[in-house]
Amino acid sequence: MSYCKQEGKDRVIFVTKEDHEAPSNAELVADDPNDPYEEHGLILPNGDINWNCPCLGGMASGPCGSQFKEAFSCFHYSTEEVKGSECIDHFRNMQECMQKFPELYPQEDEKESSNQPEASSGSDSVAAPTESSASAQESDSVPDNQDAS
Amino acid sequence: MLKCRTVCKKIAPLARASSTLCRQNVRRTGMKHGRILPHVPAVNMATGPAGASRQNQFYVLLVGATCLGGTIYTYQTVTGAQKRYDERFAVLHQATSEEIAPSTQTESPAAEAIGTAEAVSQSEPQAAPAAEEPSPLSTGAEAAPSETTEPLPGPDSALASLKLPSHAPYLLIGGGTASFAAARSIRARDPGARVLIVTDEPDLPYMRPPLSKELWFADDPAVTDTLRFKQWNGKERSIYFQPPSFYISPEELSSAENGGVAVFTGRKVVHMDVRGNKVQLDDNTEISYDKCLIATGGVPRNLQVLERAGEEVLNKTTLFRKIEDFRSLDKVSRNIKSIAVIGGGFLGSELSCALGRRSQDSGLEVIQMFPEKGNMGKVLPEYLSNWTTDKVKKEGVKVISEALVKSVTCKDDQLEIQLKDGRLVKTDHIVAAVGLEPNVDLAKSAGLEVDSDFGGFRVNAELQARSNIWVAGDAACFYDIRLGRRRVEHHDHAVVSGRLAGENMTGANKPYWHQSMFWSDLGPDVGYEAIGIVDSSLPTVGVFAKATAKDTPKAATEQSGTGIRSESETEEVALSPVASTTPAPAVTHKDDYGKGVIFYLRDKVVVGIILWNVFNRMPIARKIIKDGEEHTDLNEVAKLFNIHED
Repeated sequence: MSYCKQEGKDRVIFVTKEDHEAPSNAELVADDPNDPYEEHGLILPNGDINWNCPCLGGMASGPCGSQFKEAFSCFHYSTEEVKGSECIDHFRNMQECMQKFPELYPQEDEKESSNQPEASSGSDSVAAPTESSASAQESDSVPDNQDAS
Repeated sequence: MLKCRTVCKKIAPLARASSTLCRQNVRRTGMKHGRILPHVPAVNMATGPAGASRQNQFYVLLVGATCLGGTIYTYQTVTGAQKRYDERFAVLHQATSEEIAPSTQTESPAAEAIGTAEAVSQSEPQAAPAAEEPSPLSTGAEAAPSETTEPLPGPDSALASLKLPSHAPYLLIGGGTASFAAARSIRARDPGARVLIVTDEPDLPYMRPPLSKELWFADDPAVTDTLRFKQWNGKERSIYFQPPSFYISPEELSSAENGGVAVFTGRKVVHMDVRGNKVQLDDNTEISYDKCLIATGGVPRNLQVLERAGEEVLNKTTLFRKIEDFRSLDKVSRNIKSIAVIGGGFLGSELSCALGRRSQDSGLEVIQMFPEKGNMGKVLPEYLSNWTTDKVKKEGVKVISEALVKSVTCKDDQLEIQLKDGRLVKTDHIVAAVGLEPNVDLAKSAGLEVDSDFGGFRVNAELQARSNIWVAGDAACFYDIRLGRRRVEHHDHAVVSGRLAGENMTGANKPYWHQSMFWSDLGPDVGYEAIGIVDSSLPTVGVFAKATAKDTPKAATEQSGTGIRSESETEEVALSPVASTTPAPAVTHKDDYGKGVIFYLRDKVVVGIILWNVFNRMPIARKIIKDGEEHTDLNEVAKLFNIHED
């Protein structure tokens, strides 16, 4: 049973699990998907890639940023049957660049291929960020490249 | 002053007149008042008429002397100011004379002093901005003290451009969190952008939260050198945002094919010329810019009693903010028996807990004192503040609440802190964590507005101060569309505002909308995340459930596989939820505030939310604040958080 107490101007309510079982009737304002102020996920409403997405970490802003952008854009707009098949050169450039900075881009297979699955499961990765776009847009205080395993 | 003069001017002749009359009347005996008064209708003498004529004289002399003294003082102040103004322009002219072909080079460095004096008397008060004007008044005296030879502007400027870029398309003043976030944002949006960060610290951009938390819990004794810390999940990382290879050197900035971010360490920007779009560093180098960000952060405040206490006390005092402060405090804390932290807010409480943890091994006595009733007294409602104080005490800290420091003296190599209520605290070292003074040194030269309520540079909702100048981070007093004008001193805000400033510098024109959050851990059992305006003076409504062992900060980060709280939300999407194999044993808390949600209300609208030992729900909290709706039953709103689940 929930009970309530008042400590001056502060009210305290204690609730059990059962008290909170019924769904909330609090009304939330519907989100406008085209709100220009809102942060966006990986893909912007107009279909472009949001290079400033925290989910990309420092990939688009580091020394190999331009190579990364080229490769990823090519993949994103690719309409081939095997998506991104024509982008091999771009990805190779990117990989060569990244090899020059082993500190920034740790040379493990998962790291490199992590870009591929993210790219290849295009619709999934789009869905995930945009669904939880509110959470995905937490400002990143940590560059992911930095994480040593 | 002027009023006084006019008044005195009016009174003086009348006073003189009356005093003459008075003197005349004194010679006669049997005075009649009626004759005096018509002559001096406007003067209302405080002293009596006739017989007090001597006093009147004296009074008049006094008034006259005061007016004269005031006039002299005013004159001196004004001329002094004029002199200072002229001197300043002379210095600036000298500085620019290096770049432009000096018209006269007669002054030798030795005669610089004389030259300056001459420049002072000659230079026009309304000289144009200290820009490229080859003013003949600037006598060409050497500006840089290190220069001993005649200036050769040609080769010198060529050398200068090799050493340093004289122009940076994006100039970021300050090398902290906001600056780095802006740099990243600019690079992401403007391909090939050339970004120059100028910082007076010797370090590359780094994050501050671990300095008062994780770094203290590191097992590695070399942590003060490596600055790497192990997160709860075992992953290790450095406090630096990026290793040095991420950056390019300032010399390469102009020529790098794809641009980059260059950091110029150990340099301070001392003057900003907004009209000329350029800044001047402390070594007199000038850098012009297209877009500029001011992210100068702040300096720790100090207590007046400490500043007045003398050098011995100051040598035993730490103001904590930077890496060097962490290093020195770490060293000091290993060699002393007792340490006192003054301040009961975030930094003070976190440091106390960190030192208290250490005290369990070393036997260090850790004292924390503050004027409030409990830890985080200005943030948490009283009942929660009391609860938190108990937790802090359990971390091994001696908490002295309602303590106002009256004086501090050094006796027998120990510090004695005298409190206003008479208590005396003896300790070996003091850490003062009493707030941050935003650094607005550039406001004067740049002509930027400083906010009188919150401090910091006053900027609009888009973080813009002037056309090409933005401000982000601790130093920015900005307009929050939802919550009103404020200045926020938290890490995530620095990231959010830095990013936004970077976006706006590349043409986005977006206002501050994504609400930043903050968090604090006070030991492994108490952790909370918060968002919005969290001020204990606001009415609050708290909804609590009983906590289990799963509801601790440690568990939260272990689950999400991240170390830093604000990061755990971006990473969340990538990881699958960890399924606990066995139900964790319910930890019984003696008190009731295990976990819950606290709403802060202003005019019945939720403006702040604390998630108390409830994690990974920040998006819901953010949404509620964004809506800005009046909710009649906050218990229903609390249901949205599912506080009983993990």
